[in-house]
Amino acid sequence: MWNFVSERWDQILFAAYQHLSLVVQCLLLATVLAVLIAVLTVRIPWLAGLANSVSAIGLTIPSFALIGLMISPLGFGPLPSVVVVTFFATLPILRNALVGLGGVPAETIEAARGLGMSRLRTLATVELPMAWPVIMSGIRISGQMVMGVAAVAAYVLGPGLGSFIFNGLARLGGANALNSVLVGVIGVVILALILDLALVGLSRLTIRRGIRV
Amino acid sequence: MSENPTTATHHSAPGTAGSAAGLAAAASSSPGAAILLEEVTKRYPGQPKPAVGGLTLEIPAGSVVMFVGPSGCGKTTTLKMINRLIEPTEGRIVINGEDVTTMDPDQLRRKIGYVIQAGGLFPHMSVAGNIAVVPKMLGWDKARIARRVDELLELVSLDPDTYRDRYPKELSGGQQQRVGVARALAADPPVLLMDEPFGAVDPITRQRLQDELLNIQAELGTTIVCVTHDFDEAMKLGDWIAVFDEGAQLVQYDSPERILAQPANEFVEGFIGSGAGLKQLSLSRVRDASLRQPVLGYVGELASDVLSQLQGAGSNHAVILDRRRRPIQWLTKRQLSRMQLITDQVDPELPVVGENATLNDALDEMLVATSGHAIVTGARGVFLGVIDIEVVTQAITDARSAAQESGAPVGLNSGAVPAVAVAAMDAQNDDAVPLDDGPVAPGAGRGPAGGEGPASERGERGEGGTR
Repeated sequence: MWNFVSERWDQILFAAYQHLSLVVQCLLLATVLAVLIAVLTVRIPWLAGLANSVSAIGLTIPSFALIGLMISPLGFGPLPSVVVVTFFATLPILRNALVGLGGVPAETIEAARGLGMSRLRTLATVELPMAWPVIMSGIRISGQMVMGVAAVAAYVLGPGLGSFIFNGLARLGGANALNSVLVGVIGVVILALILDLALVGLSRLTIRRGIRV
Repeated sequence: MSENPTTATHHSAPGTAGSAAGLAAAASSSPGAAILLEEVTKRYPGQPKPAVGGLTLEIPAGSVVMFVGPSGCGKTTTLKMINRLIEPTEGRIVINGEDVTTMDPDQLRRKIGYVIQAGGLFPHMSVAGNIAVVPKMLGWDKARIARRVDELLELVSLDPDTYRDRYPKELSGGQQQRVGVARALAADPPVLLMDEPFGAVDPITRQRLQDELLNIQAELGTTIVCVTHDFDEAMKLGDWIAVFDEGAQLVQYDSPERILAQPANEFVEGFIGSGAGLKQLSLSRVRDASLRQPVLGYVGELASDVLSQLQGAGSNHAVILDRRRRPIQWLTKRQLSRMQLITDQVDPELPVVGENATLNDALDEMLVATSGHAIVTGARGVFLGVIDIEVVTQAITDARSAAQESGAPVGLNSGAVPAVAVAAMDAQNDDAVPLDDGPVAPGAGRGPAGGEGPASERGERGEGGTR
């Protein structure tokens, strides 16, 4: 095991970097998308309900199946990986954003409007900051989840640690096969821990003191 | 807009509110603004009856007008139409001679203070951040905003150094409400709208907040429109009370004294509740009673000095003031004899009433503190004197004199409304719509010419004349 790792250290490090980079970028994109959808739907009950259902059903789709289906329209490589990872990352964030924004008391919004804040300003300076702790916890859940989903990207020849897992599984019983799978799995777990730590730090920095719990 | 709200504005004559031109001219110098609701109607789709039907209401500049009525009667809807949180279906709203029904609502609201129950503070912003919301939108620079925040905290009796950087969850209900008022007053608005502002605090805190609101109003001269379901609160705070029934039908619009003495009909009588005679207590203010000047002690003074003064005066208690002359303790001879220097310890149980408090409040405060005396404070909690229970009982007797007569501002609904005091249009003066007191009190009131009557009455009250 040790030999396997030390011989391929550069390769592992590069794959880990690509894995993390894929997840972080998709997470950013997903946050923007999810918050945008939530903002547009949260005040319209049937649309908010629809968004909630979509996010619940979406999570039941097997990631492996979805990425397989993406091959025919999008081909191989990073693009289908990004689409699938972003799709899965969006769902928990969307759900939490709907809960967070919906949880801002109507009186608080009315107070903001009553002080002469425009709709947009109310959203930016009152609703989003107040919903942020809940949205942020959605981002953390997403981060954990899509770290695993991103491993599937190797199936469409995308970037990341998934290639170690797939290679190992393909020749299970052969030399170093188990080591390869273990490197992939442990690598993903370590990355997930690092990302979560970073997100905890980000929460501390971005959640205003008055609503920190 | 005045940058300095600490300058006390005595509005014994807040300007004649006769003509629209006069109002517009006075807008920059006169602190309060007159508001006129003209045939305002609000209909919601799918509801046969309008929530507010053809309401015409005149709110004189610099006065406090209370909207009372049962829940769902449309009083809150009416209030929210003034700052257009709810858009009227029909009719006009004129503030200081300017029709506001067509202007940009966000711009309008920045000039109208708005306070809701529990303050409606933003939990993610500090106290200073909350107060700075409107000044920031108006583009004030940082130094000016910081100055203003401190000024306003002083105005609502919160120490700026202690509270500036706190967050709403670190404040008590009463303190949150104070910050809510400070936030609403940040840009020195000529009008302050309050929606059940003191509904969420305990009775003693409510009474103190009411006292402070009256002090602030006397200092700034802001026009205040306040919704409440509590008739006692309306009597205490209001220069004029508008009693509403369903559909914002105005049942009576008059001074507290006259509503108490001559309720327009059974509905109003029911609203006043039992013990109308005792409610006269709620009309007499502490400032009108005679106050006693006790022996005073100051923080840091030698206890023995105060003790000898007490002996000289033949008194048993000394009131201790802090460096801003706010009362903090009430010490007996025995307590004084046991201390060296007078400490700055604050007694939270101290029976304190504002000068604008009613004798009812003073009595409450004494009963709660099981004391025969209460300390009276003026603007910003500065010590004024001591009121004794004998004074209260004497004042009750005196206060039984008949309520003074004065013209009420105009308020009516369009169409034939049996419950409403019948309004007759005065053909000789198209600006003025005199209010007849209706069948209950025929010929009791003469309508003012666009608010002059209430304005002068306010002046008399503001100067603390005995009523």
